[in-house]
Amino acid sequence: MKVPVSWLSELVDLPAGISVAGLDDAFVRLGFEVEDVVRPPVTTGPLVVGRVLEIEELTCFKKPIRYCQVEVGEEASQGAGGRDVRGIVCGARNFAVGDLVVAALPGAVLPGDFAIAARKTYDHVSDGMICSVRELGIGEDHAGILVLGRDGFEPGTPAADVLGLDDVVFDLDVTPDRGYAMSMRGIARDLAGVLGVPWRDPADLTLPGWSGAPAWNVTVADPDRCDRFSMLALEGLDPTAPSPWALRRRLAQCGVRSISLAVDVTNYVMLELGQPMHAFDRDAVRGPITVRRATAGERLTTLDGADRALTGDDLLIADDSGPIGMAGVMGGASTEIGDATTAVLLEAAHWEQTGISRGVRRHRLPSEAGKRFERGTDPEVTVVALARAAALLVEHGGASVAGAPVDVDTRSARPLIALDAGLPGRIAGVAYSRAQVVEALEAIGAGVDGAGDTLRVTPPSWRGDLREPADLVEEVVRFRGFDEIPSILPTAPPGRGLTERQRRRRSIGRALADAGYVEAPAFPFLGVAQLDALGLAEDDERRRVNTVRNPLSEEAPALRTTLLPGLLASLARNLARGQRDVALFEHGAVFPGGERTAAPLPGVDRRPDDATLAALLGAVPSQPWHVAVALMGQREPRGWWGPGRPAEWADAVQAARTVAEAAGAELTVRAGETAPWHPGRCAELLVGDRVIGYAGELHPKVCETLGLPPRTSVMELDADALPSPAVPQAPSISTFPPVLIDLALVVADEVPAADVAEALRAGAGELLESLRLFDLYTGAPVPEGSRSLAYALTLRARDRTLTGEEATVVRDAAVAMAALRTGAQLRA
Amino acid sequence: MSGANDPYDPKQVAALSQEALTSALEQGGAAFANAADLEQLAAVRPDHLGDRAPLLLARRELGALPPAARSDAGKRLNSVLGDLKAAYATRLTELEAERDARVLAEERVDVTLPWDRTPRGARHPLTTLTDRIADIFVGMGYEVAEGPELEAEWLNFDALNIGPDHPSRSMMDTFFVAPEDSGLVLRTHTSPVQARTMLDREPPVYVVAPGRVYRTDELDATHLPVFHQVEGLAVDRGLTMAHLRGTLDHLARQLFGAEARTRWRPHFFPFTEPSAEFDVWFPEHRDGPQWVEWGGCGMVNPRVLRACGIDPDVYSGFAFGMGIERALQFRSAVSDMHDIAEADIRFTSSFGVEQ
Repeated sequence: MKVPVSWLSELVDLPAGISVAGLDDAFVRLGFEVEDVVRPPVTTGPLVVGRVLEIEELTCFKKPIRYCQVEVGEEASQGAGGRDVRGIVCGARNFAVGDLVVAALPGAVLPGDFAIAARKTYDHVSDGMICSVRELGIGEDHAGILVLGRDGFEPGTPAADVLGLDDVVFDLDVTPDRGYAMSMRGIARDLAGVLGVPWRDPADLTLPGWSGAPAWNVTVADPDRCDRFSMLALEGLDPTAPSPWALRRRLAQCGVRSISLAVDVTNYVMLELGQPMHAFDRDAVRGPITVRRATAGERLTTLDGADRALTGDDLLIADDSGPIGMAGVMGGASTEIGDATTAVLLEAAHWEQTGISRGVRRHRLPSEAGKRFERGTDPEVTVVALARAAALLVEHGGASVAGAPVDVDTRSARPLIALDAGLPGRIAGVAYSRAQVVEALEAIGAGVDGAGDTLRVTPPSWRGDLREPADLVEEVVRFRGFDEIPSILPTAPPGRGLTERQRRRRSIGRALADAGYVEAPAFPFLGVAQLDALGLAEDDERRRVNTVRNPLSEEAPALRTTLLPGLLASLARNLARGQRDVALFEHGAVFPGGERTAAPLPGVDRRPDDATLAALLGAVPSQPWHVAVALMGQREPRGWWGPGRPAEWADAVQAARTVAEAAGAELTVRAGETAPWHPGRCAELLVGDRVIGYAGELHPKVCETLGLPPRTSVMELDADALPSPAVPQAPSISTFPPVLIDLALVVADEVPAADVAEALRAGAGELLESLRLFDLYTGAPVPEGSRSLAYALTLRARDRTLTGEEATVVRDAAVAMAALRTGAQLRA
Repeated sequence: MSGANDPYDPKQVAALSQEALTSALEQGGAAFANAADLEQLAAVRPDHLGDRAPLLLARRELGALPPAARSDAGKRLNSVLGDLKAAYATRLTELEAERDARVLAEERVDVTLPWDRTPRGARHPLTTLTDRIADIFVGMGYEVAEGPELEAEWLNFDALNIGPDHPSRSMMDTFFVAPEDSGLVLRTHTSPVQARTMLDREPPVYVVAPGRVYRTDELDATHLPVFHQVEGLAVDRGLTMAHLRGTLDHLARQLFGAEARTRWRPHFFPFTEPSAEFDVWFPEHRDGPQWVEWGGCGMVNPRVLRACGIDPDVYSGFAFGMGIERALQFRSAVSDMHDIAEADIRFTSSFGVEQ
């Protein structure tokens, strides 16, 4: 809502000397965020109102030029009564002798450092310039010069006052609950209240004594959606009468384009009173008007020329010809007022808010009127607005009111709100007196009575949002000001701290970061192309996605079922920026798709019943928490210590182990095969018998498709599937010396090292304290197709020093078990 | 050598004469002192302190002396022997110290060489800042609540007093999930977690809910379609706006320094009444101390309490929410939201594992 200070000061007795900053503070205190303070462009030097006395048409040039005699005030040297008349050359033609214009005299500087001087042009000395709106910096219009009208100002009057060049305009952000503040009337009331100064309500006017037949025959068939519908007819309107400058100027300041007197007047009254109006060409209306819902198949060509299909939820103004307007949203083309319209039907109505809101959205027709109707207008002012608009059309357009207004008013009385006078204080934590509460409520226009502590509050007609005591509390606190509220820290009951799951997520993140991975959260949107790039099979679970109906990008309408596309895109982005050695991780929710029932939409007046609530919660799909890593380039850089080490499949598998360890869970690994991994370099990650993820090298085709270097490796697992750790039990620490044994086993290539280790453990039994693979060797003398695995075993007994014989027995047993299970041979 | 029964005069035993003893001490002492290194010292030791050294041979003669003479000779011998051993030990210590110093000098390295073999990892600053905020509330006794990002429309809107035709429902630029009747949206705020919490448990409730939220804004320097909020909710008997202010002021001081505090402006949120937006006074702002817009807050609307089965005549509550990106932006002077979203390791690594 744009608020010119000049307009505001007509309604509010602003405190003397209040600054722009002071007004700014007051608006913010009221909850109107100041989005912008628009100051007019700077003009210096003589800029005055002038009257065109003579026009000499110069026809000997390429385009018609006028040499005008313009009276610009009294001539100081000639004494009283003498006139200062300047000869000014002008290229515009939209004015006549007698018109008042704005003349910039030599010495004036217009916006854009446009200095005016007397100069010779078109064979005449031009002693100044007649200005257009654009040259004055107050608008875009440059089709002709600015004509102020034929009277109202004396020539020589400083034009700055007339033009509003010293007028500041506040652009306020009005929250959607405060429809009343979409008007000068509403802003003025609130401002006067908070500043504690008198104001004048522009809606407080005496209605003329209209008489005669009602303006039209009107039926409201849907009183639920329209509880007041008022109309007034005017005749004898001069369709060529221009809107007065002051009105045009205000519309321009408020961001409304001037169109014609009739339209400008309705817009002006909307800005002033908050009541949007519509003007029909009365001669185009066919028969009685009905306010009703549309029926299936009906269409309406709206003012913007669009032919619109209507739905049963659209509320219409209709006549015998069918729809002639979409109530509160946009008028119809067939009854639009035009250049020849002399008789108009003005409409001012009160519409049910949510219906307007639906219509605006359905037809994508946001408008100044719609904005006000969907936020709620004051049903009390429909006829007032008609009277105000009629008065302006009579004054400026030569029109006269025909007959009496129509006023179909089916409103029911609004209930009083019972307010405990102590409630505002109890909510705010401030001891407001009863008088302070009453004063604040009266400042917003509410009626307050009732004895004792229970106030009976009549909410003002323009405040449809005030329905409950809490709504009134807000108004009291707002008017008293938030600065009064003290700062007190409440004492919460003892909490349970972070949950196991929350602590685990932190541990996993820290562990991966400590292991050299950089967290890289990505937007969770993806498209079929990203899933194709991973080489997923047609029936892959990860292709069952949830889709967004209104995605930001048509290429990525789905919610991720895997973290890999986002992570690999982040990898590629880093690569594109010259970072070649990168290890990333992400952890976050994924959104598996699948068949689901729709979530119900119960009412909100009470808690939903248990069955509805269960259906509601059950309709929300589970969203497991995944962890993934991706790495490329060098895992360890080369340095003075020697060469670097490239990132590889084993890093990805180790990352899974790191995650499991941080979560306190046991993970086992076995060979697997799934997209997008290299079929020979893919590890299945298991908890017990359940596969919870995969790790290894990316399939070479995937690397190629995504533009990633060969050997790029990734891991992804479902962190929610990691079991909660049991309380750790302390081991018994033996203080006896260990026996250290190294042994090398030759096994066939296809035997997994994990199986060999498992067999050694099983064979060694409880004297084995630890076992570690320390070397892997292929080549002579190890036979082709086999490899040598070298293990370091630490043996130790809890209660004694092991003898050499005992150690040998353990070693032999371990080797025997490995031989039995895996065919391993002790290497000579 | 004399027979045992013969009376001896020790002076007649030349090896035990004072001259001989003194000479042995002088010679030994000189030999030790002249040893240039530990090897030489070890090489000359047997000549002066070994079994065949003069003093040790002289000790064997003591037994042949009559008791009175033996005592005298023994004392003199032991004294000299002690002095010689001391001379040896002194030299040994000296030489060992020299050797140690030499070896350590030889082992000198360039300690300025880099040892960045293990690359540095990092957690995203959004994560660490979220943790920090959560910890501040956990310290106040709050619990950290969570909810799904793909959420029931009813919980995201209706339960929070945002009816089907409420203007703010379009205002919020929601991502709706297919099919049209799915009843699901990508949550536009973390507030549905508040609704879930109130539906799930009895007051008193003190929870904070950090999480990722979605709005249909195009990514630019100041907007993200996917961002993070943290919301707090307290429902208890007798909670007031003063408690809300106390809580926000405490949070501000913890995050932005002891001088930080909040300033409120009236605003509108369907789920709170009264509602306010709040600014935080941030003394460390890179453009100088100033008020920075941060979040919204208010007293939980009684309509919301009722929809969640809580009696507004018994309980009151407050709620607040703020953007974590926003906090990161001014706390860490991030000038472009792209940097937060694009996972460039140069950005994230600069924040380390904790912040």
